[in-house]
Amino acid sequence: MGLRSKDILALQEMTWEDMQLILDTADSLREIISRPIKKVPTLRGKTIVTFFHEPSTRTRTSFEIAAKYMSADTASITASTSALTKGETLKDTAYSLEAMGVDCLIMRHGVSGSCHFLARHVNGSVINAGDGTHEHPTQGLLDMMTIRRHKGRLAGLKVAIVGDVLHSRVARSNIWGLTQAGAEVVLAGPATLLPEQMPGLTVPAYTSIEDALRDADVVYVLRLQRERQAKGLLPSLAEYARNYSINRVRLALAKPDALLMHPGPMNRGVEISSEVADGERSLIVEQVTNGVAVRMAILYLLLGGAA
Amino acid sequence: MSLVIKGGKLVDPEAGTIRAGDVICRDGRIAAAGPGAAAGAPADAEVFEAAGLFVTPGLIDMHVHLREPGFEYKEDVASGSRAAVVGGFTTIACMPNTAPVIDQTALVLSVLEMAERAGLANVLPIGSISKGLAGVELAELGGMFQAGAVGFSDDGKPVMNSELMRTALQYAKMYNVPLITHSEDMHLAADGQMHFGAWSALLGLRGIPAVAEAGMIARDCMLAELTGGRVHVAHVSTELSLSILRWAKSRGIAVTSEVTPHHLTLTDEEVSRTSYHTNTKMNPPLRSDADVRAMKEGLRDGLIEVIASDHAPHSLDDKDVEYNFAANGIIGLETSLPVLLTKLVATGDVDLLTVVRALTLGPAKVLGLVRKGRLAEGMDADLTLIDSETSWTIDPRRFESKSRNTPFAGWEVQGRAAATVVGGRVVQRDGRICV
Repeated sequence: MGLRSKDILALQEMTWEDMQLILDTADSLREIISRPIKKVPTLRGKTIVTFFHEPSTRTRTSFEIAAKYMSADTASITASTSALTKGETLKDTAYSLEAMGVDCLIMRHGVSGSCHFLARHVNGSVINAGDGTHEHPTQGLLDMMTIRRHKGRLAGLKVAIVGDVLHSRVARSNIWGLTQAGAEVVLAGPATLLPEQMPGLTVPAYTSIEDALRDADVVYVLRLQRERQAKGLLPSLAEYARNYSINRVRLALAKPDALLMHPGPMNRGVEISSEVADGERSLIVEQVTNGVAVRMAILYLLLGGAA
Repeated sequence: MSLVIKGGKLVDPEAGTIRAGDVICRDGRIAAAGPGAAAGAPADAEVFEAAGLFVTPGLIDMHVHLREPGFEYKEDVASGSRAAVVGGFTTIACMPNTAPVIDQTALVLSVLEMAERAGLANVLPIGSISKGLAGVELAELGGMFQAGAVGFSDDGKPVMNSELMRTALQYAKMYNVPLITHSEDMHLAADGQMHFGAWSALLGLRGIPAVAEAGMIARDCMLAELTGGRVHVAHVSTELSLSILRWAKSRGIAVTSEVTPHHLTLTDEEVSRTSYHTNTKMNPPLRSDADVRAMKEGLRDGLIEVIASDHAPHSLDDKDVEYNFAANGIIGLETSLPVLLTKLVATGDVDLLTVVRALTLGPAKVLGLVRKGRLAEGMDADLTLIDSETSWTIDPRRFESKSRNTPFAGWEVQGRAAATVVGGRVVQRDGRICV
């Protein structure tokens, strides 16, 4: 029993059965993280490369730690220190890495679809660690895992995703994953940061954050990228914060036991106030732990079979 | 030397008829065309048995990029000419966005010389509207017209400066040639990778809304009205644009338009279906299903006069990269006819006469080619013989074009240009160039 695809590119393309398999596996692998000796031999002899064209703290470290806990060998490349700066193409870089015997490439890239492009050119597995404004599937899965651990289920829950949905790859992965799991997803943000309705989906989008938050089981706050204001999509960060920042008053509109989540990195005082970010409803730190578990599960399911 | 095309099905886009007949070509012109015309042929004439084949005026593709000078690794006038005649095209008009840009008399002459050397298709240069395509100063329109330019265009870029567009229309009016517009609002389309809609939302690619095209078409039509000049809208792609064109025509504005085979057959869903394959990337982008249906309707009801491929060759290095970094455009010369026959004619969406008219008489009228586009005595002896039966698979490795960037690779199609006659000479037969 394994995954249907050699790659993890988008939750929009993944079946609910595969997602469940990843979530169940992650739940059982999670305890390794709290062991005194965090090492299992499952992926001994496997080589994993992280290849990040954009800055990252959490995601890259999380993948590397997940791989190391499973005894895989890892190497990491960042675009700024690679031959890409000498004009090498992504395709040639991919061919070189594959020629070294890499089993799995984990890539973050600023252009949507780049991981699909990479997957077309290599035989090994490709994991999308965030492609442009498209998807960030492992983030979506770790968020689903986090919700499921606290609510015991995903089906029937109301999840409000608020902020810059238009440019958010985290939002897209969560939308596809959560709707497939049977959750009700609603979106909220200023009109200039909400996307068109996607094919096959009817996800309500509100410009009034109050409408979206009412009776929500989960409030998922997206990072507001500061360059959105420079691009003219927002009059000012202050105006955004006034109308859309999640604070104690707004959080109170959700269900009393609502969970608060954020993929990080946070802009405190812009999209989220510190009092709720650090408050008792916040799962922001736990999301990071679950991220390691989900990535261990994915690496195991993609690479663990043949050893 | 004479050539007799004997026993074909003559497609006359002007009369709107298809009937059995022959065509006699003599000294580069059509000497006779019609039922039984072969009886009057000289005894020494070369005979081409055309039983079962449609015989049409030579197909014209008024929108191709031949890339020479400057980008010969993508295409050159010779390879583009070979691709044209293999695809059934006897006449092609080439866009000026080369390096250097075709923006002065001497450069028009040099393209004509390259075409002469290639010696296959008629190659008609289109000069640029603005010097260097910079959109600032008017190019040497008069000189280029006198050297043989058949129209002017900054294709690839819109003329954003409305005053420059107005001036160009006034100036081009003196020569009664069209300004071929790449109608696109650069601000609305900035960084756009595909059509704006549900699929761009799913794929996380920045979308180009229909209004980016339609808005500029509206401006160009109104400027044509103001100046009395003539506008031909290149690669129209949205339903919204067509309603603007319908409105402009109802006011009597001198505007014509063209649509590409890909905007008649593919939708924006293709970007998702192919997992971001960059052969789905072109400008204007593949549009919605409703837009594609509107394009066919516009062709059927005569609102759109021309089908043109926007043949845009790019090397693998230009295309096989991340989606945002890939060059816009696909090639079309060797796929237009089979794709149209298969997806429009064979399906019953658009009849053969309408398709042939949009590939012959339509562009001939737009470009003022008085001796082309019709099957009649005195016309240039340019003919395309179409086999509408043979099924085959599009294989880019067999293309005459230097480039391979087509979304139609692997398509099972029905029909092809069985032979191409340019100036009374059979230059292509059964897919092989025979000169």
